[in-house]
Amino acid sequence: MSRFSKTLIALLVAGAATSAAAWERYPGVGREATPAEVKAWDIDVRPDFAGLPKGRGNVDDGMALWETHCASCHGVFGESNEVFTPLVGGTTQKDIETGRVAALVTGSFPQRTTLMKVPTVSTLFDYIQRAMPWTAPKSLKPDEVYAILAYLLNLAEVVPADFELSDENIHEVQARMPNRNGMTTDHGMWPGASQAKGGIGNGGTPDVKNVACMKDCKKEVVIASALPDYAQDAHGNLAEQNRPVGQTRGKPTGAPGEAAGQNGGAAAAAQPAAGAAATLALANAKGCMACHGVANKVVGPGYNEIAKKYQGQADAAAGLIAKVKAGGQGVWGAVPMPPQGHVSDEELGQLVKWILEGAKAQ
Amino acid sequence: MAMIDARPGRVRPAPENFLTDEQIAAVKDGRRDFLRKAFLTASAAMAAPAVARAAVEGDPAILELPQWSTTLGLPVAANPYGMPSKYERGLQRRESPGLTRVGGSSVAFTPLQGLFGIITPSGLHFERHHQGWHDVDPSKHRLMINGLVKTNAVFTMDDLMRLPSVSRIHFIECGANTGMEWGNVAVPTVQYSHGMLSCSEFTGVPLKDILDMCGADYKKGRFVLAEGADGSSMTRTIPMEMIESGEVLVAYGMNGEMLRPENGYPLRLVVPGVQGVSWVKWLRRIEVGDKPWATKDEAVHYMDLMPDGQHRQYTSIQECKSVITTPSGGQLLLDKGFYNISGMAWSGRGKVTRVDVSTDGGINWRQARLETPVLSKAVTRFNIDWVWDGKPAILQSRAVDETGYVQPTYGQLRAARGTKSIYHNNAIQSWKVVESGEVSNVQVL
Repeated sequence: MSRFSKTLIALLVAGAATSAAAWERYPGVGREATPAEVKAWDIDVRPDFAGLPKGRGNVDDGMALWETHCASCHGVFGESNEVFTPLVGGTTQKDIETGRVAALVTGSFPQRTTLMKVPTVSTLFDYIQRAMPWTAPKSLKPDEVYAILAYLLNLAEVVPADFELSDENIHEVQARMPNRNGMTTDHGMWPGASQAKGGIGNGGTPDVKNVACMKDCKKEVVIASALPDYAQDAHGNLAEQNRPVGQTRGKPTGAPGEAAGQNGGAAAAAQPAAGAAATLALANAKGCMACHGVANKVVGPGYNEIAKKYQGQADAAAGLIAKVKAGGQGVWGAVPMPPQGHVSDEELGQLVKWILEGAKAQ
Repeated sequence: MAMIDARPGRVRPAPENFLTDEQIAAVKDGRRDFLRKAFLTASAAMAAPAVARAAVEGDPAILELPQWSTTLGLPVAANPYGMPSKYERGLQRRESPGLTRVGGSSVAFTPLQGLFGIITPSGLHFERHHQGWHDVDPSKHRLMINGLVKTNAVFTMDDLMRLPSVSRIHFIECGANTGMEWGNVAVPTVQYSHGMLSCSEFTGVPLKDILDMCGADYKKGRFVLAEGADGSSMTRTIPMEMIESGEVLVAYGMNGEMLRPENGYPLRLVVPGVQGVSWVKWLRRIEVGDKPWATKDEAVHYMDLMPDGQHRQYTSIQECKSVITTPSGGQLLLDKGFYNISGMAWSGRGKVTRVDVSTDGGINWRQARLETPVLSKAVTRFNIDWVWDGKPAILQSRAVDETGYVQPTYGQLRAARGTKSIYHNNAIQSWKVVESGEVSNVQVL
């Protein structure tokens, strides 16, 4: 920070005369925030819509934005279970009427989708605005957030296909949220005042009451569940996850060395960087593997498919680097790949070279 | 104390499978290098009598001076930032395969099976990120205070680190810790069942001091929003009562050094007793308000689904819980005889006052020793003697906190909440021991 800006800040602080007494406790520490600074960061939207920016967006525009920014992870219809749990599904017209999602009781839908759970439409606006898209959070303008949210709500049949969502009608949408009456705060796990005293919950009364019995506490021991056979080896070699001295050892499970492979991040971090393995770790770290398998299609094409397609093309690397950076669509189908601005040019070069050379693990 | 046994190591029955196939082959071949490297001459003696005879003069680990006794060691500062011994490499943070599909929104579990005392080494502190982690430049990091305050304010790290600081030891546990086990046993070891738990000494400034400076409206402003500077800009609502108590810290230090990047460098919120999601990392903003916010992690996740289809919203306290960390699931007892059953207990409502341990699946219990220090909203280490007779056993621990709350059984917890919740599973954990010495994860109602 330059000396000049410090002077400016000193002036700002001096201007905060109304609260001078509080500041004087720690002279020289902190300064008043400018209105522009507060505006830049205070982006939260509450259930009463305090903080909601003005704006509007319709389902059609939302669909186009969705396909560019959202579909690669969430599926074209918000139904995808590939990368995250599905956003849409499991809600009915009856739920929209009652405000309670019946499938949460019956278990009739295999997943608990976002729209099955979320009671407040403000939550969706706030989160899309602050955290989406996944690789470029906070890049959407308010109108784009409205449009994307309109499309999402249309997928869940909360709003019709010709709907335009705005700051003026969003409270009407709240009245149609499928799980708007699905919350309870009747519990003892809020660490503040009770609901009766202006806070939340019952004031701290637990919902279970065990007693510290010491002798002959029950007649028999019923084992309700044990580790299933198929899960014995699922976490790699447990012998390698324990200390080699002490009163116990880890039980050898899985294939030797499997544990290291399955826990690529930790193992890779513990080893010196080495060509292919390090690049695989980089692909993991940068989120590439969420949508691409080495030998299989996930959302996007498998790396083996990419290597095969561009085999023998001398200029393939430069083209692919540009495409990963800017995002692309069409070569491998309709689902677009969003721009990957979080990956540096150097890393892109390393990743693309590795993919074209067959995406080897070692 | 046992008499010194003149034989080359103690002869003890070898439980099945505790040597790997390669090790057994090595012993059978009479390879002495295995003996030197091996953890127990005794086990080898039982598995391979020929080797025992060869070593009758004594333990080669004593008779043959090792390289570290006969050569020059490494100089100081060979590792400018010290690292654990290479023999400790098994103890790492690990993901649970299949739990999540994106590393940026995943969990790496602390290897509780290998930890001692109450402090988690900073490099083994569990990780949970919502949109990946960054190594934030501390000179560019800012904390903003706004909302129902007289002065909207900005603090640099320079500012915050000038203010009077406190250092306190607290546990942090993810609300979803043990969440995979709500319905049935799903994971083999305590790392995966309970490893979203860590305990550290945190250094920072009470948030109350900062809100006082800014002239917070404590009458109207009964809720506080904490927000992170990462991509997800994680937000959670905290009750003002907790901040007024002075417990909530704006922390930059952890275990004597700055926070690790994975744990929020350079600034995170410390909310003792409350689930980890509220300990907002890379803390950039505190807003004082008059209502809760129903953020994504209060209205989509971190809600407890009850059997009637309702979600309990704003559940935040981590209730009293304990777990035996050794012997624990996926481990092998090497022999009959004495063991030190050791574990961790903690409560989001204050101090742990007692821990009882059962070795018969909860029919009879004995009171364990609580090791010092016993601190409020911190992990407490407990130990208890156990002589294993080689017969099947089921090990359990049950903690009690200063409110009188007794850690519940799975049966009690499910009767109240069903089996569909993901969060706040603090049931009594059971580890089954069989004759071979294998310890495995089971659930006892």
